[in-house]
Amino acid sequence: MIVGTLAAIFALALLAPTLHRVLGKATGYVLALGPAVGFVYYLTQMAATATGKSTSVAWTWTEALGVDFSLRVDSLSTLFALLVTGVGTAIVLYANSYLDGHPKRGRFFGYLLGFMGAMLGLVLADDLILLFIFWELTSITSYLLIGFDHEREKARKSALQALVVTGLGGLSMLAGMILLGQIAGTFSVSGIIEHHHVLTESPLTLAAMILILGGAFTKSAQFPFHFWLPNAMEAPSPVSAYLHSSTMVKAGVYLVARLNPAFMEDHVWQWALSCFGGATMLLGAYLATRQTYFKKVLAYTTVSSLGIMIMLIGLGAPQAAAAYILAHALFKGALFLVAGIVDHEAGVKDTEQMGGLFGKMPITAVVAIISGLSMAGLVPLLGFVAKELMLKGSLHAHGGPHDIAWLWPTISTIAGAFMGVAGLQAGVRPFFMARTAEGEYPKHPHEAPPPMLLGPVVLTGLTFVGGLFPALFANKLINGTTASIAGGHEVELVKLSSIYLATHPSMALLLSGVALVASVAIFVLRRPWRTITAPLDRLTTAIGCERIYHLLFGGTVGPVSLATVQTKVLQSGYLRVYVQITVMTALLLAGGLLLWQGGLTESVSQAMPRFGEIAWTELLFEAVLVAMICVAAVASTQMRGRLSTIAVLGVVGYCSAIIFVLFGAPDVAMTQFAVETLTVIIFVLVVYHLPRFAVYSTRLGKVMDASVGAAFGLLMAAFVVSSFAITADDGISWYYNHHALPSEAGEHAAYGRNLINIILVDFRALDTMGEITVLGLAAVGVYTLLKLRHEKPAQGGVA
Amino acid sequence: MNSIILRTATRFMLPLLILFSIVVLLRGHNQPGGGFVGGLLATSAFALYAMAFGVPAMQRILRVPLTTYIAVGLGIALASGVPGLLEGKPFLYGMWTSFDLAGFGTLKVGTPFLFDIGVYITVLGVCLLMLLTLAEES
Repeated sequence: MIVGTLAAIFALALLAPTLHRVLGKATGYVLALGPAVGFVYYLTQMAATATGKSTSVAWTWTEALGVDFSLRVDSLSTLFALLVTGVGTAIVLYANSYLDGHPKRGRFFGYLLGFMGAMLGLVLADDLILLFIFWELTSITSYLLIGFDHEREKARKSALQALVVTGLGGLSMLAGMILLGQIAGTFSVSGIIEHHHVLTESPLTLAAMILILGGAFTKSAQFPFHFWLPNAMEAPSPVSAYLHSSTMVKAGVYLVARLNPAFMEDHVWQWALSCFGGATMLLGAYLATRQTYFKKVLAYTTVSSLGIMIMLIGLGAPQAAAAYILAHALFKGALFLVAGIVDHEAGVKDTEQMGGLFGKMPITAVVAIISGLSMAGLVPLLGFVAKELMLKGSLHAHGGPHDIAWLWPTISTIAGAFMGVAGLQAGVRPFFMARTAEGEYPKHPHEAPPPMLLGPVVLTGLTFVGGLFPALFANKLINGTTASIAGGHEVELVKLSSIYLATHPSMALLLSGVALVASVAIFVLRRPWRTITAPLDRLTTAIGCERIYHLLFGGTVGPVSLATVQTKVLQSGYLRVYVQITVMTALLLAGGLLLWQGGLTESVSQAMPRFGEIAWTELLFEAVLVAMICVAAVASTQMRGRLSTIAVLGVVGYCSAIIFVLFGAPDVAMTQFAVETLTVIIFVLVVYHLPRFAVYSTRLGKVMDASVGAAFGLLMAAFVVSSFAITADDGISWYYNHHALPSEAGEHAAYGRNLINIILVDFRALDTMGEITVLGLAAVGVYTLLKLRHEKPAQGGVA
Repeated sequence: MNSIILRTATRFMLPLLILFSIVVLLRGHNQPGGGFVGGLLATSAFALYAMAFGVPAMQRILRVPLTTYIAVGLGIALASGVPGLLEGKPFLYGMWTSFDLAGFGTLKVGTPFLFDIGVYITVLGVCLLMLLTLAEES
């Protein structure tokens, strides 16, 4: 059944474009069934997993590498699976109306459900490599979804940026996971956690941990990699709500939570999580107060929230982290959907340009204010509960640096205040305050259709109910998840049912009150606040990695980036430069290394005596052929016309082919003859279109070319000579020879007498498969390049 | 090229050359030859035809676009790997079977041979597509 939920969503992803063609408007309703069924299934699992039970399925996948296709559902997985499928159902319904009439809606659903399957797989995977595969799949589908509106340059650039940042992190994570697997002796996540004591003994654990954190921090937009997430807001709103707030960006948090039992006693782990998480929380929340665009406000608060979750895990407050994950998914998902509704129905993106929308769209407004206040942490909403736990967690930090224990509640309170500002900006400003902007709304604002309202209303309902009766979520989800994050360790659980029944005002409540007052104050004075803080922008943009990204890949910093420079050097567009670079790289790497280590000279000197054994007088034919090749090769450099150059090169080719015949390689010779012939035909086809044959090389250039050519020739000759010195291990030749015919090999034989051919089509058929695939791609490449040039003469010729 | 000698000769040469390329393909398993060189030979046969009668005429006798040839060739090669998988062997594992042709002895066929046919068609498609694109540029 676990696999069923996963397979069903992937199957729907593949079918989505076809379904859309058949069903049209109703597609979303059909597709929503997939995640909805999954949601119900994980709801039924909730009771069992909350008590610490887990279900798993596993198949051996690649035995030689120790990789299994294994899935496991425990409380942490259940929480995320419920988010993926539950929010997913709402998003599919929402997107169906949001993209109504969009010609690519079917394709959109394909990407979206593909992402959903990948994300579900990610949170269920119990094998590190399997987890990595799903992880990368979410990056790729996220790329497609951010760039969905691919005709806008900004969407393409943001999509690429997200892909590059999370992709680099993914590679780092893969390296870390392989290391971790090597240290622990298994790729099984539950296995690693069970035997985590072996991790403390290995010196490589630290490296593995840092590499894995690289993946988690890029994916979850932690400082200093936070810059990609706000840019990803180029995506359509349902995508932002789903990927960039409720699910995908939480993958890093999930991974950290998942591996926490294995690393939690490590100080580096606690420090890294609490410091980077804390910095992200503070920076994200501060930047959110500087924004006025609806989605940007939400994006920066998301960055901040992700920081909070990471920080809480690092501080040893898993219950707060679990509660925050749930509360955030509910209020932020709803707010993003509200942002989409406002953009869709009123046509405005800037919250300062909005106002008075309560009368026009009352349901949306109620949803927005409840979710916005939940983000601000107001009683009696789920956001309040999460914020209480967060403040309590930071007051009683178990992990992380103890000397600066005062720091955590301080920055948590400041960040809480900033989050409150953002909550008011998003939940109150557009709906309950008068509109100050001039002119009419671009569209006539009205309430969204029911399918678009369903998701936000249900999410907000849960925020409300969960806030009133926190025990409802506590017993089934939060406490179980807390246990999963903490591993076998005892954690103090705050009794959520009595959170409102504090007999005396606690420190956390006091800080919460301070934060709220500060929020309201800053919100009221938001204009002067933005003016005062404007000079800080230079600082906040300077401390992220965004500048480095722009230096590498181009962007706002300047037209010159590493990517352009490298492309200019390596991709000059001149064939001769490509050949030169290839040859010189080979010379430097292969020749240089062999000379440096002395291997080449040694084997050449070893091979020399064997030349004496050759009966030179019997090699008359060969001598003549070699002489012809030499003469033709030299002549080819001196020719003054294309036809004659091709003719002498043909002499080289045919003579080499004859040498193959003499040395018993008729297959190679046949192929060589055919290739030479075809070369002439191709030449005849293009000769009339080439420019006048002229010599452009300077004297210096010629000397350069000649020396590179000579050096490469010498290297190849040295290789050939030194091959004499190697007494090859005959294992492979022996195997081929003895497995060709059934008389020797029985039923394992290849049934053929032509060894060359059976190597190509049987023993090493996979290589040949690769080669013909490359051939096919090359042909399609030639075809497209020349055709494109044909159709667009205005663009100038392709060099 | 407008040469009546070339045209007349090509009319007879084309089937012969193609037959020859198929012979090279078929005998490749036991004697020099095989799909790759067979494909190259077939390419030169069609190239000769294109020279004598022009590219459009060549496209007409090929009937389907060359990209289809490439796709079909790769498809056949890929498909030849599947029987091995179905028998629990590795992908592309050679599977053999023989047919009894009454009076003509037995015919042994195997997936490697199918694979070679895939190579033949792919090479033909690839080389001709490149030739044709260059020729159309003219």
